[in-house]
Amino acid sequence: MSQALFSEPQQPMPESTRDSLVKEFLRFLPDESVLREDQDLLPYESDGLAVYQQKPPVVVLPDTVEQVQKILKICQARKVPVVARGAGTGLSGGALPLCDGIVLGMAKFNQIINIDQAARTAVVQPGVRNLAISEAVSGYNLYYAPDPSSQIACTIGGNVAENSGGVHCLKYGMTVHNVQQVKAVTMDGELITFGSKAPDVPGYDLLGVLHGSEGMLAVTVEITVKLLPKPASTKLLMATFDSVDKAGDAVAAIIGSGVIPAGLEMMDNPAIIAAEAFAQCGYPEDAEALFLCELDGTEEEVADQVQKVEKIIREKDVTTLHIARDEAERMLLWKGRKSAFPAVGRLSPDYYCIDGTIPRRYLSTVLQKMNTWSKEYNLRIANVFHAGDGNLHPLILFDANIDGELERTEELGGKILELCVEVGGTITGEHGVGMEKINQMCVQFGSDEITQFHALKNAFDPDALLNPGKAIPTLNRCAEFGALHVHHGEVPHPEIERF
Amino acid sequence: MSQNKNSDQTKFLQEEIQSAIQNKSAINIKGGGSKNFIGLRAEVAELVTTAHSGITGYEPTELVVTARSGTTLESLNKTLAENGQMLPFEPPGYGPGATLGGTVACGLSGPGRPYRGAARDYVLGCRVINGKAQTLRFGGEVMKNVAGYDVTRLMTGSMGTLGVLLDVSLKVLPLPETEATLIQETDINSALDTMQALAGKSLPVTAAAYSDGKMYTRLSGADSAVTAAAKAMTGDIIAEQNFWQQLKEHQLDFFTNNLPLWRLSLPPLTPVLDTSGHTLYDWAGMQRWLYSEDNPHDIRAAVQSAGGHAQLFKASDELKEQAGTFHPLPDAVMQLQQKIKAEFDPNNIFNLQRLYPNL
Repeated sequence: MSQALFSEPQQPMPESTRDSLVKEFLRFLPDESVLREDQDLLPYESDGLAVYQQKPPVVVLPDTVEQVQKILKICQARKVPVVARGAGTGLSGGALPLCDGIVLGMAKFNQIINIDQAARTAVVQPGVRNLAISEAVSGYNLYYAPDPSSQIACTIGGNVAENSGGVHCLKYGMTVHNVQQVKAVTMDGELITFGSKAPDVPGYDLLGVLHGSEGMLAVTVEITVKLLPKPASTKLLMATFDSVDKAGDAVAAIIGSGVIPAGLEMMDNPAIIAAEAFAQCGYPEDAEALFLCELDGTEEEVADQVQKVEKIIREKDVTTLHIARDEAERMLLWKGRKSAFPAVGRLSPDYYCIDGTIPRRYLSTVLQKMNTWSKEYNLRIANVFHAGDGNLHPLILFDANIDGELERTEELGGKILELCVEVGGTITGEHGVGMEKINQMCVQFGSDEITQFHALKNAFDPDALLNPGKAIPTLNRCAEFGALHVHHGEVPHPEIERF
Repeated sequence: MSQNKNSDQTKFLQEEIQSAIQNKSAINIKGGGSKNFIGLRAEVAELVTTAHSGITGYEPTELVVTARSGTTLESLNKTLAENGQMLPFEPPGYGPGATLGGTVACGLSGPGRPYRGAARDYVLGCRVINGKAQTLRFGGEVMKNVAGYDVTRLMTGSMGTLGVLLDVSLKVLPLPETEATLIQETDINSALDTMQALAGKSLPVTAAAYSDGKMYTRLSGADSAVTAAAKAMTGDIIAEQNFWQQLKEHQLDFFTNNLPLWRLSLPPLTPVLDTSGHTLYDWAGMQRWLYSEDNPHDIRAAVQSAGGHAQLFKASDELKEQAGTFHPLPDAVMQLQQKIKAEFDPNNIFNLQRLYPNL
């Protein structure tokens, strides 16, 4: 296991507790829905961040809301932690099991309950895959906009927990902008409706708070998503440059001109080479930087925007500019970008994906710093970048079998995230904090903010049983971490006793 | 003067809150006071935020602006317009003094809301003073940020009950190149159908309203796109672009009425409700302004059974006290909100009664 994963050591669940829990669950769940044998628990040891692993003592797989309510009531009464899980594609260890808690797998909630074509909404269960929604409504000329790269596999429940983004969120927003209503069960077993089918609700925006709360406030059991009409026209431009700076300038100029592209994705040379080798999508391998700019809307709007964007790019010292000839080529060009992670994965036994967001004007500062560190740490970095909204995904290539390389990778990753905070950005744009970035939360937030986060959780989950230890660090943890990371000569969290 | 107009009053505001805590005296947070009429107000001292003003960060190519809460909406809109940008949720000001803080605290959105999104969709980050007089920063100045719980959205629309907003960062968007408004005489039932059907098509529609026999549709975008869409749709183009501004600010003739004014928020496709009075339909029928003397209980029951909620938007304090301003919440939701209020404002000093008597 990775270094210093838990600063507060957990006591494994005693056998007797586990046996009596299992017995209680079996009163209302079939045998195959209460997993407790090693071979059955194995698939749940980690999520998409496989370097963190923990075998859970029990996994339950309910298929009704009432069962979820019962499970949570039992766990609340016994003070047993609960980690909710969708498809387990998360990249930050948010669904990493605890050795003293159960995993609540929501995979059986896989039904699309209702599609309302006229109101343009779909009511779905949390275990429905992201892409399955767009597939199901395609015949009505509608789609669900947020499209994380894992959309083939990831579930909508997980998307709500992480407030997932995707390549189209500059124009169409993240999950929170595309969900109208969530029904969720709180730790005491209460089923609550957050949001509404009306455009707003009175009182506090708890629907907004639930998004990105990483399974720590309530367990989602039903989601009403908004659907959008498919745009009449979509065009994709591919531009290459001999430096990342020039590409960055062109991006700023496009947005400054008043055009909001549907997607604006940049890659650096190592990522271009990897994606081309993987997808043979026609990326020029000698380019230092490449971006894909997608424009959508009515035929006239898109024609107008293509003309504008083309002009801007040509003024910015572009090396090559190509407009996808047809739908097939457009999909192929996207395939390269969307498979960038597995493509980079082929170059190296392991890779570590970072998710910092920065104000775009600091792109070249951050990239230069990363280059220097890459040499210092002797670790290669490939960059893919949601350029429109400043969300960077540096991929650090490493080999976990080489002694100490994972630790060095984590250290480099941490430094990159801290740099993102330093230039006014954030440690996570769309992957969540989970277990992975918990130390860097202490860099981004002070102890008063962290205390307020815990207070907010306390309103939902007073015994801190839902996914405890994730996303929001304890102040002790921050003090411990802060002792290693002193910034600008100031010791963070000075009010905490050092140890 | 410029110093007066653009100054950081964090320390002053923090000290005021500190002394309110010490004296166990509640306060009403007030910006320009243009939305004082919304909700009820306890009779306590005011904490005025207007001196805490000024745009502190604006990078047009990043589509992000940050300003102090006392900045007037008017000056913010002006700066954005000078750079060809706008607040996409078109917040109403209801008066010249309206501030950014009040705008975000009330969480109101203008006619473009169903097409472009609401106030809560464009807030990126904020600095606040909580009920322990601590200055806290949540979210940030970047468009994608999932670090920590989304306290910025929680603050948006909370009517100042959780803390004092100090600065807010917002996503902005380019102003459309062209706007045109189509007007068509029709009855309300077919207008409701048409407005919903239009929203389901790839068309540059950015507002749809119905008032007194006429349906208004706004188109925005590139010249060529607006012209083509207008040709394909029925209705005459009117030059009167002021309609949307006047609708947003409640300056249309419709709004000269002394009866209680209700704001109804309803799911799409909700038919005409069985209430008496005079109704204007905005947001393709999802936001309705109703002047009615009907029993508040009956109005709320009709709206609730349609899946929406009814806010007593403008009325005498007497009626607001009697009927409540905001639609009653289910018990479990109210309890959760009370717990959240207690976690942010443990001394119970901010904007008592503004949202609900017991929040």
